[in-house]
Amino acid sequence: MKTPTMDASVQRLRPTTVEEVQEAVGRHPRIKPVGNGSKRALARPGPGETVLELGGLAQILEYEPAEYTFTALAGTPVATIQAALAEHGQYLPFDPPLAEQGATLGGTVAAGLSGSGRYRYGGVRDFLLGVRFVDGQGRLVRGGGKVVKNAAGFDFPKLMVGSLGRLGVLVEVSFKVFPRPPAYATLVVPRPSLEDALETLARVATAPLDVEALDLVPGEQPQQQATLHLRLGGLPEVMAARADRLREFVGGGELYQGEEDAALWRQVAGFQWAPADHTVVKIPVTPTTIPALEERLASVNAPRRYAVGGHLAWLAWPGPLTQLDRWLAELGLGGLAILGSAEPVELGVRRGLPFLRRIQEALDPEKRFSTTERT
Amino acid sequence: MVTAPFFAALARLIPPQRLLQRPEQLAPYESDALTAFRARPAAVVLVESQQEVIDVVRLCHEHGVPFVARGSGTSLSGGSLPLADGIVIALNRLNRILQLDPRQRIAVVEPGVINLDVTKAAAPYGLYYAPDPSSQLICTIGGNVAFNSGGAHCLKYGMTSNHVLGIKAVLPDGEVVEMGGPSLENVGPDLHGFFVGSEGLFGIALEITLRLLPKPESYRTVLAAYASLEAAGDAVAQVVASGLLPGAMEIMDHLAIQAAEAAVHAGYPQDAAALLIVELEGEQIQVDAEFQQLMQVIQASGATEIRVAHDEAERARIWKGRKGAFSAVGRLSPDYIVQDGVVPRSRLGQALAQIEKLSQAYGLRVANVFHAGDGNLHPLILFNGREPGALERAEALAGEILRMCIELGGSITGEHGVGMEKRQYMPEMFNETDMAVMHQVRRRVDPKELANRGKMLPGMAPHPQPIQTQEVMVQP
Repeated sequence: MKTPTMDASVQRLRPTTVEEVQEAVGRHPRIKPVGNGSKRALARPGPGETVLELGGLAQILEYEPAEYTFTALAGTPVATIQAALAEHGQYLPFDPPLAEQGATLGGTVAAGLSGSGRYRYGGVRDFLLGVRFVDGQGRLVRGGGKVVKNAAGFDFPKLMVGSLGRLGVLVEVSFKVFPRPPAYATLVVPRPSLEDALETLARVATAPLDVEALDLVPGEQPQQQATLHLRLGGLPEVMAARADRLREFVGGGELYQGEEDAALWRQVAGFQWAPADHTVVKIPVTPTTIPALEERLASVNAPRRYAVGGHLAWLAWPGPLTQLDRWLAELGLGGLAILGSAEPVELGVRRGLPFLRRIQEALDPEKRFSTTERT
Repeated sequence: MVTAPFFAALARLIPPQRLLQRPEQLAPYESDALTAFRARPAAVVLVESQQEVIDVVRLCHEHGVPFVARGSGTSLSGGSLPLADGIVIALNRLNRILQLDPRQRIAVVEPGVINLDVTKAAAPYGLYYAPDPSSQLICTIGGNVAFNSGGAHCLKYGMTSNHVLGIKAVLPDGEVVEMGGPSLENVGPDLHGFFVGSEGLFGIALEITLRLLPKPESYRTVLAAYASLEAAGDAVAQVVASGLLPGAMEIMDHLAIQAAEAAVHAGYPQDAAALLIVELEGEQIQVDAEFQQLMQVIQASGATEIRVAHDEAERARIWKGRKGAFSAVGRLSPDYIVQDGVVPRSRLGQALAQIEKLSQAYGLRVANVFHAGDGNLHPLILFNGREPGALERAEALAGEILRMCIELGGSITGEHGVGMEKRQYMPEMFNETDMAVMHQVRRRVDPKELANRGKMLPGMAPHPQPIQTQEVMVQP
């Protein structure tokens, strides 16, 4: 196990085997598991924490294209997987964010992050089939399996999604994948106001249109022009006809295809629209709660994007998070800071804590992983 | 143990007409769809409000009385089998759809709501609830949540947990917890996902937020007949390799075809060794184009006969045969056990060949119906319960099939859950550490192990004695 010297005050371990992870957990009272650190806000260690970098555990263990499944070590970069899948015309439909910035599979699971593509078939939670993780007592635990359908035992894979490494260190993950649509096109539709855009979004969401992604970019103020991004995927021979139909349904719009379409969504997945000195916060919302959030945000210059048919807000917040934390709590919403340096990373309302605490007591009784957790 | 003070306190909470204690009142609750096993509970409580559930659970905790939550009792793994020293909390009357919001594409329902009723309520908005176990006419959402139920459309749409966004539940000691919410997205550990499929061991769901989807605009359903199971299995692999993502891919073997045909007259080719049903769904323009591609694959796959549903009635008829296949098998045999193992899709042929060998070795007929797209097998093991030792032989055969699924890298259950029936196989699928961790989590959540004691995890409750029964009629 190498110990890189990036920061003299923080001990960093970079295990290259599962046994080394178990050993590290046994030896260090406070552990902060991270992948490659692409989600900067989540990668910072708390006082006294030893950083466990999982980037050294990178390998595709099994990939059978005909099974629509693969198993890889948790530190495997998402980009490596995407390249391997692409060779067989397959993909992870939920658009894992920050893939080009080095995001790992384990980090994506632990942060619980899905991108715009999760609109169509579901998010990281829906594609994760199995996990192996090292719990707070250094035990290697398996949950779920490697087949696309499995109802045996407690669903530890789901539990690991969004766990931020506080219930165990992910060392291996198995995913379901899908055939990738051979062609894509995106319709960019301006609407005169937020209200109008939300109205159109609701019409599309309940229509029998197979839209891969449905994002809304609001104007600075609710009365300003908002833009809908609607992505179609499918067979190239009918793409033009489908796009025409969609355009007619929403009343206009400009069509992006090929590299233009790909570039548009690469920007979104990499958060290139967010200023570098801002904190990018994930906020689960619904189309119904967006207006109230927008009302608060009208007084702040905070670039933002509503992805997943208005179910996920990405907000680039300019300063300390205190104000946002309060607003989210008042609105009954939760939030997670993923990029930036602000504290705390968890904002607003947290749900299910009485259940979570019991699980933590079972998996990490000595609190190796949750030393800086906000209660 | 159920004591007089417990009963007295229970009677203060629940009026006498909803507190069943007489033998004839308890009889219908002695078993679920796994009728080979029975146990008479001490009492059945017909709850009518969430508060009543909470109060009863708290009382059970206080007195150390184990409880089993039950909906329509369609579990095929004995998931709602009661304990003789415990009570049943029957949730069928907790059946309100509390909210149906097309803008958010969600429905908030109580656990006793029937699966198909969610789709019916959503239909006026062009929406539907995707998970469709074959028992969807009668099974409840609470049971679907407990067992992470599946159906024919899991390959594309996933299991129940993929459609549950939030859960309000009462934990086994009476503490109420809310997890998830109305959004498709979530922050923090996916606790509602962890609750789904926990087979009642983490408590009782009181309110469930479900994700709704727009009803597909168009379906194209193809029925193809093959001279061998292997050829049908190969056709599935070819469909997958072509890059198509059908909504459903189902296979039935000769015995299952005959049974289905006799029961519902679906018009299936009766001399076929295997039938494959493939259904595409989505936007019409797209589906029409995909259909061309699918037909090329099917035509090249060596099918002996190909039928295409030209209208909704023809499509319904194809599905009627498939959905009715399990109960139809009841016509071929007085009793049967249905198994639910999963194998990697590429091992389907190997698995079926092995099942055939086992069938011969045990001298028991096995009909096969399966979700081919998911590798989810449903071998139906036919036996005559009046024949001494027949049930035991059928169970032994079922066990060998489950072991084979584990050896091939699959699972002991795809959609029916472990329940009481398969708990002894859990230590074969999971190692000692995995099992220890599951037990520890359970005990932290439920220190007295009261919630659905004896299910999923081996060890706590005695294995009930099988009781030989008459004809089994189930709709898995």
